[in-house]
Formats: sequence, structure tokens, C-alpha cells
Amino acid sequence: MTIDFPELAAIRLGFGLSPIMAPPPDVDALLAGLARSAPGPGAVTTAKAQELQNELMALRAVRRQDERSEKEFKAFNQRMGRTIAFDLRLRMARAVDDPTGFGERLVQFWADHFTIRPMGVGRNPLAMAFVDEAIRPHIAGRFEDMFFAADTHPMMLVYLDQNTSRGPNSMAARNRKDKKLGLNENLAREAMELHSLGAGAPYTQDDVRELAELLTGLTYDSKKGFAYRPQIAEPGAEQVLGVNYGGEKRASLDDIRAAFRDIARRPETAQYLSRKLAVHFVSDDPSPELVEAMASVWRETGGDLPQVYRVLATHPDLAANLRAKVRQPFDLVVAGFRALGITGKDVRDLEFKKFRAFAFDPMARMGQRWMNQNGPDGWPEDPQAWIAPQLLAARITWATQMPQRMLKKLPDPREMLVTTLGSTRSDGLAWAVPKAESQAEGVALILASNDFNRR
Amino acid sequence: MIELNRRLFLKSAALIGCSAAAHPLMTSMTFASVPSDNRLVVIILRGAMDGLDAIQPYGDPMLAKLRQNISVGPDRGALDLDGFYALHPSLAPLLPLWQKGELAFAHAVSTPYRDKRSHFDGQDLLEAGTGHDLPVNWQVGGWLNRLLQAMPGSKAETAYAVGLEQMKILSGEAAHLGWAPQSSLNFSAQAQLLLEHIYHDDPLFRDTARDAFRISSETERTDVGKGADAEAVALGRFAADRLNAEARIAAFSITGWDSHANQGAVIGRALERLSGAILALREGLGENWGRTTVLAMTEFGRTVRENGSSGTDHGTGGALIMSGGAIRGGRAYGDWPGLGEGQLYADRDLMPTRDIRAYAGWAMRGLFGTELAAIEQSVFPGLDLGGDPKILA
Repeated sequence: MTIDFPELAAIRLGFGLSPIMAPPPDVDALLAGLARSAPGPGAVTTAKAQELQNELMALRAVRRQDERSEKEFKAFNQRMGRTIAFDLRLRMARAVDDPTGFGERLVQFWADHFTIRPMGVGRNPLAMAFVDEAIRPHIAGRFEDMFFAADTHPMMLVYLDQNTSRGPNSMAARNRKDKKLGLNENLAREAMELHSLGAGAPYTQDDVRELAELLTGLTYDSKKGFAYRPQIAEPGAEQVLGVNYGGEKRASLDDIRAAFRDIARRPETAQYLSRKLAVHFVSDDPSPELVEAMASVWRETGGDLPQVYRVLATHPDLAANLRAKVRQPFDLVVAGFRALGITGKDVRDLEFKKFRAFAFDPMARMGQRWMNQNGPDGWPEDPQAWIAPQLLAARITWATQMPQRMLKKLPDPREMLVTTLGSTRSDGLAWAVPKAESQAEGVALILASNDFNRR
Repeated sequence: MIELNRRLFLKSAALIGCSAAAHPLMTSMTFASVPSDNRLVVIILRGAMDGLDAIQPYGDPMLAKLRQNISVGPDRGALDLDGFYALHPSLAPLLPLWQKGELAFAHAVSTPYRDKRSHFDGQDLLEAGTGHDLPVNWQVGGWLNRLLQAMPGSKAETAYAVGLEQMKILSGEAAHLGWAPQSSLNFSAQAQLLLEHIYHDDPLFRDTARDAFRISSETERTDVGKGADAEAVALGRFAADRLNAEARIAAFSITGWDSHANQGAVIGRALERLSGAILALREGLGENWGRTTVLAMTEFGRTVRENGSSGTDHGTGGALIMSGGAIRGGRAYGDWPGLGEGQLYADRDLMPTRDIRAYAGWAMRGLFGTELAAIEQSVFPGLDLGGDPKILA
């Protein structure tokens, strides 16, 4: 089967075909579409997140004074808890409306690459600010800028314990010998192993420790906000991968930026991230040719992401591995909305309860509880991780129930087969769908099919 | 002090927990039966249960001094067990089990997790079943999964992760199944046939759907009713149903133990859920209850002193609650460290006197005949099991 570029791009790089909008005609249109994924007008900032967290803390402090303060706290606490679902609703609405979809897929990819978890309702808005401040501005830029923005973002500092890390010889540690103040290597290790060079790259425990010392000084707390505090930074130069950062002069944020830039430009980073992109978009076991083609452009351009994406989008492996990947629950739900002609506005207008019933809760049953990844390595990639009895049952149940509850009038399954899968629909599905006993079952069969659940 | 390192858990995290473990594409190839008729149920109590309130050591005179509003012993409604410990009133439905020797507990237990007191990391360590001091490549998945790997003849049907919560304790290389009581597959017969046709050439979807339709047809969908303990009861019922069939291991979790304020109300509801789940297991298992051990474990205990809002904060030593017909119950296990000055951990928490994994290790030794070396080297790598507490009848 030969698949033309627009169908291929929509299914493999976006959120599937739609009956109401055209897929990107060529690779230039695909890449031009990335601009749509810049931070939107409602973007959350760290300052806003701080304000909300402080308001919650203030209400918590006075709760139980009287009935009114208790009620006020509970209402606000619930609102903060729900921001996770509101965030998902917005993310989905943007993805549904994006004609090319690649930009929002990349937001998913990079936000997952730099996994964070809010760990407590008070920090939910900060987790949203992370995506708006560290990920969206950089998906069509240079990797080194995203790397620095993500690993120095307040949400990451909190998630990977950087906030509690102190230089063992810093002024703060020397003056407060009674308090337990010490180095924490968590962020430094993830920065190298998960975020850039990859496990197995030639760096040592000494490099991790030196980078951890270099990172001391980065702090965030909701009262004072983000700050670089030289008094808690480890004095002296740190040698990371053979390069000295800082030194005689006062340590500064610029030294950290320089280290991130150098690590981002290492060939191991080019290799590791090219492969990770290929695994996510093409196949769990991508060909060495594809990975090398991407990595060499990465090296030549210093990690200019759109040029790397171009290699991915135009490589023959993209078509050759059609259906090798299973859509993650987020992708499936968005693709389902698109296939049914539901618009971003429809999604945004869903009241909270309905959104939970149609998207948030089903995603959790499919194994993807929003903002609740298992660990800093994010969501799994292999199809077996997503297709197990209970998880597949959740997909089939959603395919059965969601369309009837969302739509007044269901599409004709025979037409839907063409508008959602185009020339890629398999013979088995084309044979089965017209034999369904009802329109609803026909639609359910399409959304539950392996054709639709794979990409 | 020892620090928990998330690095240790990456390997297990990569193999997503819950029902999403490696799919048994070849289940029909395994004909050997599991070499035991015994059953093990692990209930993870998420949010750090206050063991001092669940099982109140009122015989320690310090308890009443440190806690004015909670954990107050038989004078204020708790149920005396042995003159030293008393059962929280919300556990009253379990008192007959204590009297029959089907309920026991061990106080002052913990995992090796210390000082950070984060629920997330504490639960990760509890489910991984590892210490902090091990090489990275030892940290693979959860300890129930590694138990399966040490059980000859185990197959996917042998172990169930029950409920919607991810159960990292079962994640790993050994095949197992997962299902939530409220899951169902209400497809018409015709639609199911058509779906089987559609999946026919895709082994992953075909075989997984076959399991899903089978489990769905073999088990009744439980509409989770109203009431504080409805969901927990449904979890217990479903687990019992599977354990009456081929399953020998089941795990699920009960949430809602984080009682920073107004502890009386918070822990009361949570204990009702726990006793609802245990009674549902007992009722559902029928005769098989006699061959069953239930271990209810929590990530850490809570502060010994009551805080300013009639609650408690994150602590260290906690309590393990054991139940089942296979248990030598009606008694307290473990050494009581005391609540007096100098007896607390970091001057705030119950001092752990035994690793909670030792009880689980001896339970699996007794239930499944698992080799001690396998328990100490692979299920709980690096653990010294110590003496047998003889918790099984």
C-alpha cells in the first residue's frame, strides 16, 4: 500500500484524520504548523501559580476558625484539585483544533520527556506553567534552550529535589552545621541520564556529582519565587565532562546555562534524542539509518529541532512502519473527538462532570491518569504497556459509550471509515463495519479497532 | 541519612504497573499448575495509616499523654484486645475475627524508608520491596511480581491486580492479569464477533481481547454502590472471586489515610473501608478463607504526638494488619518499643523494631514454600529475614 503524505502525516505525526479539516499537504505545511503550539493567550505563569498556591496556603492556615473559613478553604482546594482536569481539557481542545496536530503531539512528547508531577494540589498550576514556560516556547527551537528552561524550571526543581540541595561547602551549610544541609544528585543525574546523554553514555558518577554541585543555588519557594542564591551554591569550579564551569568568580546562573548548552550539543545527546523521537513517532525498534540521519542533522545544526523533525517526517521508515505504535490514551481520545467531527470549542464547552466522564476518567482506566506518571522516565512506549485486558476493555467501553453521549447524531459508519482512516483502512475492518447491527455499534467498532488504536 | 533515589525505581517504572504488564501471548503453553492451594492478598493502604490509632497500645501510659483527642483506649470506645492493645471502634466488625484467631497485627514495623516522609517515595519503596543500598539492576518491578518469578508453574491467571489504581507491587516481567470490578464489556454478541474478526490478524489485540471478554464473562460486573466502604467491598469481592478460580495472589489498594487534621473522621471512614474489604474477602472466599493470608500494609506510620488540628503528620514506624483463616491470629506480633522519652524515632515517630518485609517474606515461605534464598536475594534483595515470627497457623 502506498500512502500519500497528508494521510501519513495526520495519522502518524498528528491526531488522525478529520471530516471537517484537511491534513497538511506537505512537509513545509506540517512544520509551519508548529507555530500554533506556542503558549496561548491563557498561558499560566510561575507568578500566577505562586499566587494560587499562596492563596491556598493562606486559606489552609485559617481553616477551622469558623464555618465560613472552612467552606472557603474546601471550595478553593477543590478548584485547585480540578485544575488538572481543566488543563487536560484545554490541551485536548488545542489538539482537536490543530489541523496538522504535529505541534501538539510534540508538546506531549517533550512534556513527557521532561516528566514532572505536581505532587499535591497546591502545585497543580505550577505544573501547567511548566508546559507553558519551558516546553511550548521551545518545541520549534533549539533543544539546548528547552533543556535549560525545563531543568531550571521551579516545577522541575521541586520534583527532582533540587530545592533541598545545598553545596556541602557553601556559606549556608557552613553557617548552619546543626541543620541537615546537603547535596542532592537527583536532578543532575536525570539531566544526564534521562534528559540528554542517555543511560550508558560515557559520563561518570563524578560528572553527576560535579553537575549536582554546579546546580546548587537554584531554588524555588512559593513565597519568594524562583531565585539563584549564590550563598547556597558550592564554591569553586566544577568539572563536568572535562569542562570547567564557574571558578574564582562568584558562581552564577550563566555557568549553569553554559553547562546545559555543552551537554545538549554532545553527540551522545544527538543520538539519544534522535532515537527517542524515532521510537515515539515511528517504531519501538527504529532502524539505525533513520536514527543516524536524524542525529547527523542534530549534530550539524546544534540541535535545531525543526530540521531534525524534517528528517523524521520525510524518511521512508515513517510509511514503512505504519501501525507499529499504539496510540496512548490521550492521543486516542483526541483522535476520537476529531474522527467524530467534534471541535475544540465543543471540548472547551464541556462542563466539568461531562469532561470527566468522556475523557479524564476513561483515560485513567486506559492506564493514563493525567499528570500522574509512574516515574521521571514518563509514559511507556511499548504497545504491551497499553494493551492489557483491563486497559483494552476500557478502550472498547469508551468507544461504545462516548460517541452516543457526546453527539446528538452519529455519523454513518461507512462514511466514517473513509473520513477517519482514508486509504489505510484494513480489509477486515471494511468488511465488518457494515455488518454491525446498529449505527452506534458501527461507530464503536471503528473506534475500538486496532486500525484506529494504532498509528 | 539514607536518601531514597528515584533512579532505583526506573526499571520498574518502565514496565508500567497494574494490569499492563507483559502480556502472556503464550498462556496456553503453560500447563503446570501452581504448586499451592494457598492464597495471598496484599492490600496497600495509601496515605500512611496511623497504626497507633487503628490498633491502640493504650497499655503504654504515654499514649494518652501524647494524644488528647485520638487513640484513647477502651474508656473512650475502643475495643480491648488483650489488656494492652485496643481496636479502633471503626474496626469493630473485625472483632469476631480476632476472637476466632483470624486477625493479628504487628506493631512498630516499617520499610527501610526514613526521614523524607513522602507518600510517593514511601509507596514506591513499599511496592518495590527493596532497600536503598542496592545496585540499579536489582531494582526490577514490584515484589509480588518477583515472587511470581520464583513460583514454578505461575501463569498470568495466578495473580491479579484489582481495581483502577496502578499496582506497582505487581509490575515486572512475570505475566499477571488486572481487572477492575466496575469494568465491563457490554458488547452485543454480533459486535463481539465482528470485533474478533477485526482483531484476528493482530495477535496483541486479538489475545488481549480474548482475555478481556473471558474475564468479563466469568466475573459479574460490580456496580459500586453508595456508602463509605462500597468500592473497597467491591474490590474484596472481585479478588475473592478470582482467588476461588485460578488466582493465588491478589493485590489492591485502599486510599484515604492521610489524617493531618480531624483524624477521627478521616481514619474512621478509612478503617470502615478496610474492614469492609476484609469481610468481603472472607465471605467471598468461603472455604478458601482457611487457606488465605491477607496483609494490609501502609507506606509509613504517623507522628506519635497529636498535632494542633487533631490530626497527625507523617512518621516512621507503623502497623501491619494481618487477617485470614491461615493466620495464627488473636495475638500481637513484634516488639513494642515504647512511647517514652528517648524511645521515639527522631523524637517524634514510633521506633521501627522490624522490617515489614520480613513478615511478608515469612508469609510467602509458609504459603508457597518459596526458598529462603530466593526471598532474601530476589524477592526482597538484600533483606535479612531474621527469625520466623510464625504468623501462619
